[in-house]
Amino acid sequence: MTPAPGIRIAGRLDFGGGYAIDGIDLAVEAGRWTCLLGPSGVGKSTLLRLIAGLDAGGRLDGAITTTDGAPLAGRIAWMGQTDLLAPWLDVAGNIGLGARLRGERADPARVERLIGEVGLAGHREKRPAALSGGMRQRVALARTLMEDRPVALLDEPFSALDARTRAEMQELAFRVLAGRTVLMVTHDPAEAARLGHAIHVMTEAGLRPFPAPASPPIREPGARETLETQAALLAALRAPDGVAAEAAR
Amino acid sequence: MSRVAGILGVAAVAIALWQALVWATGVPPFILPGPGRVAVALWDARLLLAQHFTVTAAEVLAGIVLGSALGALTAVQLMAAPRLARAVMPVLVFTQAVPVFALAPLLTLWLGYGIWSKIAMTLLIIYFPVASAFLDGLRRTDPGLLDLARTMGAGRARTLLFLRLPAALPAFASGLRLAAVYAPIGAVIGEWVGASQGLGYLMLLANGRAKTDLMFAALIVLALMTVALHAGVGALGRRLDAYAAGRAAGG
Repeated sequence: MTPAPGIRIAGRLDFGGGYAIDGIDLAVEAGRWTCLLGPSGVGKSTLLRLIAGLDAGGRLDGAITTTDGAPLAGRIAWMGQTDLLAPWLDVAGNIGLGARLRGERADPARVERLIGEVGLAGHREKRPAALSGGMRQRVALARTLMEDRPVALLDEPFSALDARTRAEMQELAFRVLAGRTVLMVTHDPAEAARLGHAIHVMTEAGLRPFPAPASPPIREPGARETLETQAALLAALRAPDGVAAEAAR
Repeated sequence: MSRVAGILGVAAVAIALWQALVWATGVPPFILPGPGRVAVALWDARLLLAQHFTVTAAEVLAGIVLGSALGALTAVQLMAAPRLARAVMPVLVFTQAVPVFALAPLLTLWLGYGIWSKIAMTLLIIYFPVASAFLDGLRRTDPGLLDLARTMGAGRARTLLFLRLPAALPAFASGLRLAAVYAPIGAVIGEWVGASQGLGYLMLLANGRAKTDLMFAALIVLALMTVALHAGVGALGRRLDAYAAGRAAGG
């Protein structure tokens, strides 16, 4: 893996139809975990898709730059809101999908190691239909790791999981993605408070940085500062105008 | 087993009604023969029926295989070349405005009285439903999966081969199921227009000689063939569906 770059997104996000967010300046630090929190429909997924170079249903009048000056294309791995597993491929086949789609051969030893790393040893030949939601996201995570890209863009990957599975997946993802530049979109204040080295709140009023807890992630869900940040984030979401004041504090 | 028993039961009732109709109306056998006469005709003409069945079955199978293959290739080609698709699709839809049955005399003129004109007829009927169903499936791949492929740096051709194609197999199976319904119609109409062999030909021949019982016998053989074809294609379709969904076949 090449060294992880930092990313900066600056400009005006235009969704068309008269809806736009001005003055966006989002700095995603290299090798750290940045959470972008916002309500559904505010345009955070659009922003993430723009960074990923996907059709986004909006455009950025501005620039996406990296700290090392090289383009992002070919350096990102994507995790979507659903596991996006190909139903006809087994676990190993899904993990090696990227290699197959590029006409390369997926290194079987590496696939095997990643299967073990995400805790799916013994499930190598199962199809997604035979796996639980949590296990399917583990496969998706292993597939992301298989790509071995320095930047990971996560679009609410754990939002459909039950609370216990989600907590487990957060811990697993945080551990295995260590050292990469991670930008995670989420609508869950608890998730942002747990995982973010840095937290940004996006509402219709704009995109503002929000102070993350002092201790480094990953944080205990029940720790006082996690819970306090979670509560403050929720307050910020419910009163968008207060975000700036909160951030300036 | 109970399903088979149910089907046999319904068939028995239908045959009983048929016989009752013959008795009640007293129609002469050359208008409506009773089930007994037809059964005798089936047995007496078994070699003749088998011989003509083989011809019709060959026409239908060849038509299905060639028509499905050509339809599938067309769908993949149109998917791979969207600009070509935009130009070709309206033309293809327009050709469907021509009733294929109306082409039967022309096909017989061009391809002769042998099996090729019937295979061509069957192929023409099947081609479009298979091509359009499959193309529809190829176009409706989960957009999330396609996004993922893009971030992975996948090329168009490999995305088509490894993602769109397997995901579209159930749509292809739907096309095949339609084909199984249409194919025997195409072959029989081809035989009516001009042939020296096949169940359709035999039916016309029997009709001309007022051998209505033989005509019914040929009709029964034709119906059984269609049912068997439907069952076979249905089983194949279930396998394709199961593969695309990642389930064990039959489960």
